Amino acid sequence: MQALQQYIDLYREHHEVIDRHSSAVLNALRPEALQAIERNGLPITRHEDYHHTDLEAMFAPDFGLNITRIELPSQPHEAFRCDVPNLSTQLYFLVGDNFYRNERNRELPDGVIAGSLRDIAESHPELVARYYGKVADVNKDGIVAFNTLLAQDGFFLYIPRHVVLERPIQLVNIISGGVSMMHNRRILVVAEEGAQAKLLVCDHSEDDGINQLITQVTEIYAGEGAVVDYYNLEENATCVQRVSSTFVHQVATSNVLVNGITLRNGTTRDNYYIALDGEGCETQLCGMAIADGDKKVDVYSHIDHRAAHCTSNELFKFVLDENAIGSFAGRILVREGSQKTEAYQSNKNLCASATAHMYTKPQLEIYADDVKCSHGATVGQLDQQALFYMRTRGISEAEARMLLQFAFMSDVIENVRLEALKDRLRQLVEKRFRGELSQCQQCAIRTQKQQ
Amino acid sequence: MLQIKDLHANINGKEILKGINLTVRPGEVHAIMGPNGSGKSTLSAVLTGNPAYEVTKGEVEFYGKDLLALSPEDRSHEGLFLSFQYPVEIPGVSMVNFMRAAINELRKYRGEEPMSATDFLKLMREKRAIVELDNKLASRSVNEGFSGGEKKRNEIFQMAMLEPRLSILDETDSGLDIDALRIVAEGVNKLKTENNATIVITHYQRLLDYIAPDFVHVLYKGRIVKSGGPELALELEEKGYDWIKKELGEL
Repeated sequence: MQALQQYIDLYREHHEVIDRHSSAVLNALRPEALQAIERNGLPITRHEDYHHTDLEAMFAPDFGLNITRIELPSQPHEAFRCDVPNLSTQLYFLVGDNFYRNERNRELPDGVIAGSLRDIAESHPELVARYYGKVADVNKDGIVAFNTLLAQDGFFLYIPRHVVLERPIQLVNIISGGVSMMHNRRILVVAEEGAQAKLLVCDHSEDDGINQLITQVTEIYAGEGAVVDYYNLEENATCVQRVSSTFVHQVATSNVLVNGITLRNGTTRDNYYIALDGEGCETQLCGMAIADGDKKVDVYSHIDHRAAHCTSNELFKFVLDENAIGSFAGRILVREGSQKTEAYQSNKNLCASATAHMYTKPQLEIYADDVKCSHGATVGQLDQQALFYMRTRGISEAEARMLLQFAFMSDVIENVRLEALKDRLRQLVEKRFRGELSQCQQCAIRTQKQQ
Repeated sequence: MLQIKDLHANINGKEILKGINLTVRPGEVHAIMGPNGSGKSTLSAVLTGNPAYEVTKGEVEFYGKDLLALSPEDRSHEGLFLSFQYPVEIPGVSMVNFMRAAINELRKYRGEEPMSATDFLKLMREKRAIVELDNKLASRSVNEGFSGGEKKRNEIFQMAMLEPRLSILDETDSGLDIDALRIVAEGVNKLKTENNATIVITHYQRLLDYIAPDFVHVLYKGRIVKSGGPELALELEEKGYDWIKKELGEL
């Protein structure tokens, strides 16, 4: 596999430089990751779970990597004007895959740690080592091994026991710079027993026609009774390809919400692996994708019920227009002894054009006999009767289509547990359907350039 | 205002309308009656521009404009309204957003500014009263979970909001109990002026006790085979449609 080999070669040749510009905790996992990737390679399209994403093609170009951690010229605070009204967040930035260090004061509760994964791995090595690479298994998927091999920095959030972080944390990933690059990001969230946090991760990039490849591995550890909300909003340019993998480990009675939203993208592959590893866990996994043109969104999810009395609710919705291709595969595994499990999965999709394609594959595997599980998958078109009804009331066809598509997505937005973000999402989704979101609205890197 | 000349229309290649002629002037109420399958609903669908139907012949003029050349939305903007026999449920689209979109598109067509939120809500409140539509229904999704009677009242509410010049009421009485029928009919009568007109499509005389027609037409096998005054409806009620068929030499 030539596509992969060039990056393995790069690692072998430059591993000292890579290590020097990272941290010992991250470096410690590289040899194992190298073994795993050499043994397993990247998943190929013949692999059942990768029928619709060609990683070989994605990794084929010779992307540059910022292994010496050159600070890319960017002033994210000026560039990014967050216009989520009433959403007051603690704001952090990754430029490319490089943490942007700045001197702004942070009013974080006692014991909460947030910032550069690399820096915190230096200042709190034991803490980071306890969780880093423990939730995401390098043997699970070649892409995790690949990211572990090359990731040098990222974002780390730690909330100690029983601390409730009231203000949401927002991490903005900005890609700019005008050079074709690969970005290997790593996000680690640790919420100890009884801790609560909300993290909003936004991807922003400018449509400058320059190819970018992102790998992102997110690990979320939710201790006993912890409550974690994780939102990942993608607003990337058409020339950006992204493979993200989100791993969640839930200890008893924890409650985790994961919501992955793709508003603008090029090619996206999102993996979700969620393990409910103690009694009384609750998981809400949802997401939406809006795609047109030749965009691709491929979602894979795996919910692993390892303990009794847990509940998971999964909902993914796609609206595809023009030649867009969407794919959803959702696997739910209820292991032996996981009695009284409630696991619900729903994937509903709308093809707004005759040439859009949607593939959907629900998979339930149940080894316990006292459970409630369901799955449902639909692919449909816009309701012609509803369209005509609206038009007879003077609503133009375009507006009627927008209203119907927006209505279709409303339940995914309703699942958001941050009121201000919910309002903002309604606006963003509406704009997206109106075709007014062709440029990334927030990352005003663009605005800067225009000025 | 409306002139239909020799209108022919098909659905799936089957001819349903076989030469309709009808003239409606401002201030008039026309009732169109006829047995099942005679083409009553097809006529309303063709007039409002339902894409499922194909007009094969004839013309329709609405205030001097070629109605058939207009999109369904522009027919509405020109003042045509259809109260659906089966109002469509639109989950996820609230009545408020739906009506606001409709009102503002109408204003845009007329070159007016969008209505302010306060004015709009005031208008909603005012018009809701005409058909005694509950505020709770107005905040729900369009027709979703509405009872049969509520759906029909909602149609007349939308008619009140849009103030059309010509309203077609397609079997607005079907599925209504006596009280709902009275509310709906009173709503229609309140909206009546000397400048607008109504076409009432119905099976029964019942609705015409409340909404008094100036003209009654019998539609049969895609043609208007008989026209008369209000007494024609009473005659039909008494004798049924066989009497018409007999006149046509079919029985």
